[in-house]
Amino acid sequence: MASVTIRNAVKAYGSMQVLHGVSVAARDGEFVVLVGPSGCGKSTLLRMIAGLESITDGEIDIGGRVVNELEPKERDIAMVFQSYALYPHMTVRDNMAFSLKLSRKSKQEIENEVRRAAEILALEPLLDRYPRQLSGGQRQRVAMGRAIVRHPAVFLFDEPLSNLDAKLRVQMRGEIKALHSRLKATMIYVTHDQMEAMTMADRIVVMRAGKIEQIGSPLEIYDNPSNSFVGGFIGSPSMNFIDGTVIEEGGRVILRDVAGTLWPLGDKARAYIGKSVQVGIRPEHIRIVADGLAATVLNIEPTGSETHLQIEVGGQPIVVVVHDRLAAGVGDSVAIEADPDRVTIFDQQTGVRLS
Amino acid sequence: MTTKSRSRFSLALDVLNHGALTLVALLFLFPFFWMVTNAVRSNAEVTAIPVRILPHVFEWDNFAKAWTQLPFGRFFFNSMFVASSVTVITVIVSCLSGYAFARLKFPGRDALLMAYLGTLMVPAIMLIIPLFLIVNSLGMVNTFQGVILPVAFGTFGAFLMRQFFLSIPMELEEAARIDGASRLRILVSIIVPLSMPAIGLLSLFTFIGQWNNFLWPLIVMTGSDNATLPVGLTYFQTQQGTQWNFIMAGAALSMLPGVFLAILLQKLIYNSIALNAGMGGR
Repeated sequence: MASVTIRNAVKAYGSMQVLHGVSVAARDGEFVVLVGPSGCGKSTLLRMIAGLESITDGEIDIGGRVVNELEPKERDIAMVFQSYALYPHMTVRDNMAFSLKLSRKSKQEIENEVRRAAEILALEPLLDRYPRQLSGGQRQRVAMGRAIVRHPAVFLFDEPLSNLDAKLRVQMRGEIKALHSRLKATMIYVTHDQMEAMTMADRIVVMRAGKIEQIGSPLEIYDNPSNSFVGGFIGSPSMNFIDGTVIEEGGRVILRDVAGTLWPLGDKARAYIGKSVQVGIRPEHIRIVADGLAATVLNIEPTGSETHLQIEVGGQPIVVVVHDRLAAGVGDSVAIEADPDRVTIFDQQTGVRLS
Repeated sequence: MTTKSRSRFSLALDVLNHGALTLVALLFLFPFFWMVTNAVRSNAEVTAIPVRILPHVFEWDNFAKAWTQLPFGRFFFNSMFVASSVTVITVIVSCLSGYAFARLKFPGRDALLMAYLGTLMVPAIMLIIPLFLIVNSLGMVNTFQGVILPVAFGTFGAFLMRQFFLSIPMELEEAARIDGASRLRILVSIIVPLSMPAIGLLSLFTFIGQWNNFLWPLIVMTGSDNATLPVGLTYFQTQQGTQWNFIMAGAALSMLPGVFLAILLQKLIYNSIALNAGMGGR
């Protein structure tokens, strides 16, 4: 068990800098998810923690010990790779025992550890199989087993579920979470899937282009994105963004968008009257009403439990999530209303959240 | 074209193809056939005109005579020792240097590789005299190390292994590093077992190459006790005449280990390819 503290970590390949001074800390026993689009530097950061990439500048501290110059094996970490990286020529048992053999544990000790991990992960019947004889989910579990046997202070996961099909992904998500509550170990998990981040993390670190955009609990980030990028990246379907000017009309604060549509805003927007802003509205904060803004239905995506509705309001495409079954069809006119108290206001230029 | 005429056409094509392949195969097999049939003729019949395709009388004991007339067992051992030693050293050296060229980062690595590959352009025959001078000055003439060491460090093996190592996913090595393996441990426990197809191929090429090597052992081994098989076979060629039938019998016998090895390694190479289908765990 250990905390991980990253102070001002920089990574550069020659003149190309991919991480621009990143600082983040994972508390002892915390499940931290690094999330962001491809190329944001999340995997690089994880590999730096693992010791697979050198650290150009800054410090990485695991359990109170700066590990910048330490070899991976000296860092007391274990890593699960996207491709699982199981040794193809070794059985499941030997894959899990490899690190223990290298650290010269006794035969009995190795057997006990492998048994224990296999029991946790329901791998007992598969111990004598080779990786090629396993399904994707089973390989994934072996990769985790290989990490568990070592009792590392920190578990690192690099997009471990990306190669699995959707259903298995949901199942493995649960299994990794269960493993975390059972082992109470510090885990740092990299994914590009915001859904994985939301469902698994104690805290999410949203990254973009080598910088951290926001750190917070899943709901904190969902409800209060620090900028329009985070707002758009976290949540599915994505947040709707409307550019416009804040005006006052008859004592009410209103956003007039570029097409002239008037969107009522809450009182907290009063401070921005006369300013050009970008307003973010979550799809579930828009309702279909009898009397409201006129919209045309462009597309309907029923998921069963809810329906995603793509509509157009004065030329502005908007996505709405409704839970009731809908009578309207494609091309029909509907009226909508956005909850004025739940909109988020961003600076139009910088994207920084204002309210 | 109707279906029937099409199937007739493809049948004709098949017959043509297989006919051509059979013809070429026969062409390649004929020298072996000739060697074996000449091995069981009398020496007079080997050179007799008109040429007979099959021997008049099959003299099977030519094999035994060839084996006993000269110290063939000794030659056999010498060849086996030389070819095996060269193969073992070549495989070890090629794995180590191939790994360095594939994975280690050091200044001048790629330039060194190019220089290494450049040596492939130099005809081996040009190196015979300088090599002999070196071996001579080291006092290794007529010794096994004199025959073995100069040919055991080849460029081809290093390049072959490097290319194969490059195809092994980096993540496997990274996983092993995290598991606590050193570079050498990674090479021995992860990379080498996964490279058995390439190692099998390299072993086969090296062993057969050295088993058949004639010129270098001929030059270095001055005493007849240390002769390898190809050199030993020439002892049937004397001033009194040449015992062609014994040469052929000896040559046929000397082919056996190579054939055996090829069959043995073929299985290994097949198995390893099947293993690699699961490489990277995917």
